[in-house]
Amino acid sequence: MADETRTSTATAPSPGGDRPSGGDRPFSGDRSDRGGERRPPRPGGRGEGGPGGRKFFRRKKVCKFCVEKIEAINYKDVRLLAQFVAESGKIVPRRLTGVCTPHQRRLSSAIKQARNIALLPFAGRAS
Amino acid sequence: MNRTYELMFIVRPDMPEEEQDKLISTLETAVTTSGGQMKNVERMGKRHLAYSVRRFRDGIYILLTVEGSGGLIHELERRLRVTEPVIKFLTVRIDEEQKRLDKIKAIRDARRKVSATPAAAPTAAEQAGEAPAATA
Repeated sequence: MADETRTSTATAPSPGGDRPSGGDRPFSGDRSDRGGERRPPRPGGRGEGGPGGRKFFRRKKVCKFCVEKIEAINYKDVRLLAQFVAESGKIVPRRLTGVCTPHQRRLSSAIKQARNIALLPFAGRAS
Repeated sequence: MNRTYELMFIVRPDMPEEEQDKLISTLETAVTTSGGQMKNVERMGKRHLAYSVRRFRDGIYILLTVEGSGGLIHELERRLRVTEPVIKFLTVRIDEEQKRLDKIKAIRDARRKVSATPAAAPTAAEQAGEAPAATA
């Protein structure tokens, strides 16, 4: 508790000041702790106190394609692909969606094919 | 050495149906003369394009499934390029992907069969004990 108040007062006057590399990790841990206070923990929350000593709830991400056993990632399936494309038209990275590497590889090539035939946009929204 | 390809192309939205038919039939004759085979023709209809192509906002999508050699695909792409109403096209080879999918499906089916008929080979008592629990 004392740690938390100390860090919050320290960060308030100079956000983004000098950050020693060693102090980075407890720093982020504290910040996510505060985030946890603002929001109630998610219902599916697991992994409290992970190996890195981080104390925030994070839902375990799973690969949609592995779970639902979708093997065919086709460029024609715009509805499926659109779930993995951001508003800006960018491919959403694996670390955000939780898709496993082999599936992300197929997914990205399918999205690129779909872009080529004007099913998905290169940039901006497909209205 | 025949391979299966998907040839998707977009024609301009104001192209009449008869002309589309004409275009498809000319492509089909080109396929058959060079020893290939037109497996399927699918008209996906008019769709909104994700971005404007040659100042068109819409386009009529047509999908052909063609079996043939690489030279045939080269010829088909050349034809599409010189055909005025075709605004975009994409060729994708699908036989290897199909093979992969078939393999996965076969494995899954085999696994399902094993789990569906556990009484077929209940040699060990442990397996026999497991079987009703699995079906229940």
